[in-house]
Amino acid sequence: MNRKQFLKTLLGASLAAAWFTGPASAADTIKVGVLHSLSGTMAISETSLKDVALMTIDEINASGGVLGKQLEAVVVDPASNWPLFAEKARGLLSQDKVSVVFGCWTSVSRKSVLPVFKELNGLLFYPVQYEGEELEKNVFYTGAAPNQQAIPAVEYLMSKEGGGAKRWVLLGTDYVYPRTTNKILRAFLKSKGVDEKDIDEVYTPFGHSDYQTIVANVKKFAAGGKTAVVSTINGDSNVPFYKELGNAGLKATDVPVVAFSVGEEELRGVDTKPLVGHLAAWNYFQSIKNPVNTEFIKKWKAYAKAKGLPNADTGIHMWKQAVEKAKTTDVDKVIAAVGGQTFKAPSGFTIKMDEKNHHLHKPVFIGEIKADGQFSVVWKTPGPVRAQPWSPFIAGNDKKKDVPEGM
Amino acid sequence: MRRILISLAWVLAAVWTSAFAALDPALVKPLGGDDADARVEAITRLGALGTPEAFAILNALNEEKLYVTPDGRVLVVEDDKATDPLTGEAFDLPEGTDSITVNNRLRRELESALAGLRLFADDAKVRLKAAREVQQNAGAAQLPMLEKALAKETDPRIRDVLDMAVATINLKSDDAEKRKLAVERLADTTNASIRPVLAAMIEPKPDGTFVEPDEGVRAAVVDTLARIDRHLLVIEWTGNLFYGLSLASVLLLAALGLAITFGLMGIINMAHGELLMIGAYSTYVVQLAFRRWFPGELDWYVVAAVPTAFIITAAVGMLLERTVIRWLYGRPLETLLATWGISLVLMQTVRTIFGAQNVEVANPSWMSGGVTVLGGLVLTYNRMVIIGFAVFVVIIVWALLNKTRLGLFVRAVTQNRRMADCVGVPTGRVDMLTFGLGSGIAGLGGVALSQLGNVGPDLGQSYIVDSFMVVVLGGVGQLAGTVIAAIGLGELNKFLEPYAGAVLAKIAILVVIVLFIQKRPQGLFALKGRSAD
Repeated sequence: MNRKQFLKTLLGASLAAAWFTGPASAADTIKVGVLHSLSGTMAISETSLKDVALMTIDEINASGGVLGKQLEAVVVDPASNWPLFAEKARGLLSQDKVSVVFGCWTSVSRKSVLPVFKELNGLLFYPVQYEGEELEKNVFYTGAAPNQQAIPAVEYLMSKEGGGAKRWVLLGTDYVYPRTTNKILRAFLKSKGVDEKDIDEVYTPFGHSDYQTIVANVKKFAAGGKTAVVSTINGDSNVPFYKELGNAGLKATDVPVVAFSVGEEELRGVDTKPLVGHLAAWNYFQSIKNPVNTEFIKKWKAYAKAKGLPNADTGIHMWKQAVEKAKTTDVDKVIAAVGGQTFKAPSGFTIKMDEKNHHLHKPVFIGEIKADGQFSVVWKTPGPVRAQPWSPFIAGNDKKKDVPEGM
Repeated sequence: MRRILISLAWVLAAVWTSAFAALDPALVKPLGGDDADARVEAITRLGALGTPEAFAILNALNEEKLYVTPDGRVLVVEDDKATDPLTGEAFDLPEGTDSITVNNRLRRELESALAGLRLFADDAKVRLKAAREVQQNAGAAQLPMLEKALAKETDPRIRDVLDMAVATINLKSDDAEKRKLAVERLADTTNASIRPVLAAMIEPKPDGTFVEPDEGVRAAVVDTLARIDRHLLVIEWTGNLFYGLSLASVLLLAALGLAITFGLMGIINMAHGELLMIGAYSTYVVQLAFRRWFPGELDWYVVAAVPTAFIITAAVGMLLERTVIRWLYGRPLETLLATWGISLVLMQTVRTIFGAQNVEVANPSWMSGGVTVLGGLVLTYNRMVIIGFAVFVVIIVWALLNKTRLGLFVRAVTQNRRMADCVGVPTGRVDMLTFGLGSGIAGLGGVALSQLGNVGPDLGQSYIVDSFMVVVLGGVGQLAGTVIAAIGLGELNKFLEPYAGAVLAKIAILVVIVLFIQKRPQGLFALKGRSAD
């Protein structure tokens, strides 16, 4: 065989292979995309979400897969780079032809992939708390909306039990989620009679690492009355922030800090003894005591052999149930079937996907940091709370419909 | 002898009975209940009791060693052994026992109750600390206890703090004379939270009267407020100065290596940030090694990390110089591209070895916490250590360049390479050693950075721009310029930040630098003479 011939054969063979593998693999497996930053400033938070997603997919495969097919995870790393998120999402949808994507953490990354999902009619399960103000047909939001996290947390700190805070420092990373959440919180605090001069809003860039001035200013501000800090700092900036907080001796009994994006994972590597009593509001903590969670933690530890913050598995289970109900992975049919699905989550509550607004009904927990870096739950809602993606505290939202456009 | 024995027996008996009869079960039981108000009340009452047993049980609660059985029995648990605090009976931990959760509200009550009890401790240091805590949240309920403590106290420093606490409470007194005295007493306070209380006293009401009816007291309040404000201003400026110095030390440590490789040798080294990163990862590896082999000496891993990081990064630097950079001398554009490529290679290598996630580098215990100065400013130990370390590194580098034979060669080669070559300086070797030195210094910077921020493969990226900024601003080829530029940028940033915010301060700094370089392209200090070109 001469060289030309060889090349021809090779070309033919690879063409044939491409022709066959496409539909053939689709028949064997269902591809699902996992789109989380595994490097860069958000890796600290997103890596464990990827691990949970893979664990859940393994688990579903072990119990027979979906519609009799195995799931095949396609993991990509958008490296905390927002435009890269859109590029990777396009790759997942148009090249890998995934049926569904689980991913994103920051709202900038979600906003950046959104046009891609709308254009290619993809399906995204977004697992993280966010600022609301969005309702898209192609996205299911399995994280908390502001009324499922931020507002209950602030209400708790205002209550007698939470310390009766009168002054507020709203501290965040400079991007859309903290800005919008703080806008909502500011309106909420004003509706509760808090004065403009008793609210201070501070932002830092992504990856900021020098929190000296900010901590000193919080201290100064706190001299004016009972103060609480609401932190929407995201990513690895939390480590220098909490280090500085501990070293500067700002104790939770004087100025409690409540965080919305901090869990067990972010506090790894920080000396938590000076931080005892600072709070986090979340829809799940590892230390919640109930049989479902015990089972989950056991599986998680066996899988990852490490501590982690899992709250991404709900979306995957809901999608599986919806696919089984719709008997297809066709995006439009699955979207129609996701509404109303329920799942017994590790938080100990049965949570439900709202029939209309693409958000979950979920409980709210407030935990205090313990000396060992875990959280003890000090407050929780009696039951799951329905999400309000359009916060009533932003003007003009009362006219917006609670269903995505085009549904 | 016999009498002594008898009295001893009496004492023992007294201790015994007081230990297990003094606590009323009705007082302890609410601690394990669900009613938050009842728990707070129980804590206050136990605190007021003031007995060692009450202290012990509050302490156990504070340390989360207090457990409750399903039937509401409160137990002290230590190492899986339960003790009933009421009877002193010890037994194994019963099924279903759960620790009592303490939230911030309880913790606040607990701390103030415990501080109140510690006012009567034997150790003066403990008393002083307790007095300061009491002063922070002094309330009318604590007045009798404070007066009791004052009557017994002999240490003047502690008396001072207690006096201040009493004065804080007396601000609310009905007696105008007492109020005036209290206000005057508080002129020396360092507690900023008194300020709004005082300010509220002289706030005019809509009908023209004041919250504080007595005019003499009002005059005293105005005086006191002025003194407090002056004190707060001093604290603020000292604070900014320190924060600026700390940022300057970070910038300096990040830039000093570059001041040698770029400043002296003229190599545009885009891989400088990655050398910092390698220094930080060396620290991490040394920490791992200490955890594995010398867990007892873990606190000193940082000290061991300093020479290790220097040697590793210097070796990496020399390797780079021998294999890549020396072929590119005199071609700045190629050097820039090649070193940028190297930086990507190094980052990916670290990612492959250690993973893309940040690794955990813990502060040793002697670098955690801080010291309070001027009564309100906390200087954190880790930042102080790093400022000291920066000074140390600058001195070493200065001495190396100015007092050693290698330094002489380095200066000779950078000033006039051909002449140095002619008189027999091995320029090739000197280049390698200089680049190694610069890289090693970057490694030392990495050790310091690992103690402040995150250690990840991208660590260098966030410092490379700052490093170039410092070196260019300081004037290429000048160590003193680098030092002054670092201090200037650090201080400017920290004095801007309180007014402009972190984001805007950073932008402002960049604008200032652009304008400055426009005006003075050679930087703060320019080399004069032939070597300038």
